[in-house]
Amino acid sequence: MSVRSEILYVDNTRQRKIRNSIFKIAVILLSVITISPIILIISKLIIEGIGQINFDFFTQLAPDTFQAMSAKINGEKIPGGIVNGITGTLFIVILASVMAIPIGIITGIYLYENKNKWYANFIRNITDILQGVPSIVLGIIGYLWIVKNITYGFSALAGSAALAIMMLPLIIRSTEETMKMVPESIKEAGAALGVPYHRIILKVMIPSSFSGLMTGILLAVSRIIGETAPLLLTTLGSPVINFEIDKPTSAVPLLIWNFYNDPNMIDLIWSSSLFLMGFVLILNLISKRIIAHKEKN
Amino acid sequence: MIENNIDIQNPVLSIRNLSIAYDEKKFAVKDVNAEIEHNAITAIMGPSGCGKSTLLRAINRMHELYPSIITKGDILLNGDSIYQMQTIQVRRKIGMVFQRPNPFPTMSIYDNVIAGYKLNGIKLNKNQRDEIVEKSLIDVTLWDEVKDSLFKKGTFLSGGQQQRLCIARTLAFNPDVILLDEPTSALDPIATAKVEELLVDLKKKYTIVLVTHNMSQAARISDYSMFMYLGELIEYGKTNSMFTNPKNPKTEEYLTGKFG
Repeated sequence: MSVRSEILYVDNTRQRKIRNSIFKIAVILLSVITISPIILIISKLIIEGIGQINFDFFTQLAPDTFQAMSAKINGEKIPGGIVNGITGTLFIVILASVMAIPIGIITGIYLYENKNKWYANFIRNITDILQGVPSIVLGIIGYLWIVKNITYGFSALAGSAALAIMMLPLIIRSTEETMKMVPESIKEAGAALGVPYHRIILKVMIPSSFSGLMTGILLAVSRIIGETAPLLLTTLGSPVINFEIDKPTSAVPLLIWNFYNDPNMIDLIWSSSLFLMGFVLILNLISKRIIAHKEKN
Repeated sequence: MIENNIDIQNPVLSIRNLSIAYDEKKFAVKDVNAEIEHNAITAIMGPSGCGKSTLLRAINRMHELYPSIITKGDILLNGDSIYQMQTIQVRRKIGMVFQRPNPFPTMSIYDNVIAGYKLNGIKLNKNQRDEIVEKSLIDVTLWDEVKDSLFKKGTFLSGGQQQRLCIARTLAFNPDVILLDEPTSALDPIATAKVEELLVDLKKKYTIVLVTHNMSQAARISDYSMFMYLGELIEYGKTNSMFTNPKNPKTEEYLTGKFG
C-alpha cells in the first residue's frame, strides 16, 4: 500500500507532460524521416523529368546517341520517346502474367485445400525460399534455360519467364491468404446444392475472392515491372518495337540503364524513371482501392 | 433401448442402423434407427455435441466433406439408398439450410435463387428462370419484399430475409426433403417467427427435418420430435405426447431443463 502510493507521488504531472511531448516529437520526427526519401525522389523526378514528357515521349522510338548528341550541340531538346520500352515492358509483363497467374492461383488453391499435409508445407517453404532468390540469379537461369536452349538468342520469352518466377511466390501466397478469408459457409452452401468440388472452386471460391486475387496480381506486377537485372541477361533490349517472343525486346528499365550509360542521353533517365514510378504508383493505388472497396462490403 | 412410440404412415426417409465416427473411437452418431414422416416437420433436439447436426448432415451426405469420416448403416430416400446415389442427386432431392444465412456474396438475389442450376451448369431459358425465381420467392414470402430489387446483391438483405433467400435457393430444386440446421439461431425474434411460420406453411409441400437447440421452437412447430443424447437416439415420438409425457427419464430431464 505505502510503496504504491509513494510511486504515485514521485511521478508528478509536469514530468509526465514533458516526457509525453519528447516522445511525441520523436515519433513525428521519425515518421518525417521515413517519408522524406519518397517525397524527395518523386519531386526530383518531376522537376527533372516533366519537361521531357510530351506526346512524342509516348509515340516515338528511343533516340540513338547520334541524334541525342546533335540535339545537344544545337541546344535543342533530345528528340524521340520511349515507346519501344513501354510496349516491351507491357509485352513482357503480360507474357509473365500469362505464365505466372494460372500456376500461382492453382498452387495457392492447392495449398489452401491441403493446409496441414507435409507436401503442402514443403511447397509453402519452397515458395518462401523462391521469394528470396536474387533477381539476377533468375536472370542467369533464364539465360541458361531459355536463351541458350530454346530461343537461341536473347528473347522476350526468356525475360518473362524469369519475371514469372519472381511473380509466383507473391501470387501463391496472396491466393492462399484470400482463400482463407472466404467463409467456410459459402463453400458449404455450394456443396449443399450438389455442386461438384471443381465447380465450387471455379464458380464460388474464385469469384468470392476475386478482389483479393486481383490485389495480389497487381502487387506482383508492380514488383516486377521495374526489374532490370534479369532483363539485362535475357531480353537484352531493342531499338525497335517488338512483339515476337523469340526476339530481343526493350523495356523501360532497360532504356533507363542505356540512357544512364550514355553521356549524351543521360538527361532522359528522369522522364523514363518518372514514367515507371508513376506506373507502379498507379498500380499500387488501384490495389489499395480494391482492398478498401472489399473491406467496405 | 429406444422409446419409439410412433408408427409412421408414409416414410420418406428411413435411417437404418446409422453410425458415424470422426475417428475410430469417437462415434458421433451411434446406431440410429428412425423413419421420417412425409409432409411433416420432424425436430431433432438434444444438448450440444449429441450428434444431432452430424445426423442431419448425414441425411444429404454433407458430413462427407470432413476428411476420414466413417459411416456405417444406410439411409433410404423413398426406398433407395442415398449412399448408392450420386451426391449431386442426393443433394438436389434433399436440400439443406444452415445456421447462419449464407447467400453467395457475389451473386444477385435472382442469381442466388437459381444458384443451384447456375453452379451445376444446368441451362435454363429466361422464362424458366423467371418462373423458378418467382415461384421460389413467393413460396418463402420474400417476393413482395424483393421483387423490385432482384438484381441487387443478396447480402444487402436483413438476416431474416437472407435466411428465407437461402430457403428459396433450396426450394428452387423442388426437393423432397429440406434439412435445416438451427435455422433461426442467428436471427432476432421477429425474423424467427417469420421463418417458423414459413416452415409450417412449407410442410404442405415438403418434408422438413429441423435441428434445433430451442425446445419451445420444437414444441411450437414440429409434428414429431427426436431426442438425442451422446450420439444415441433416446426417444422419438409425436411432439405433443413427448413434451407432455416423455417416456425416457433422460428426455424428461432435458425437457425440464435439468441439463442441456
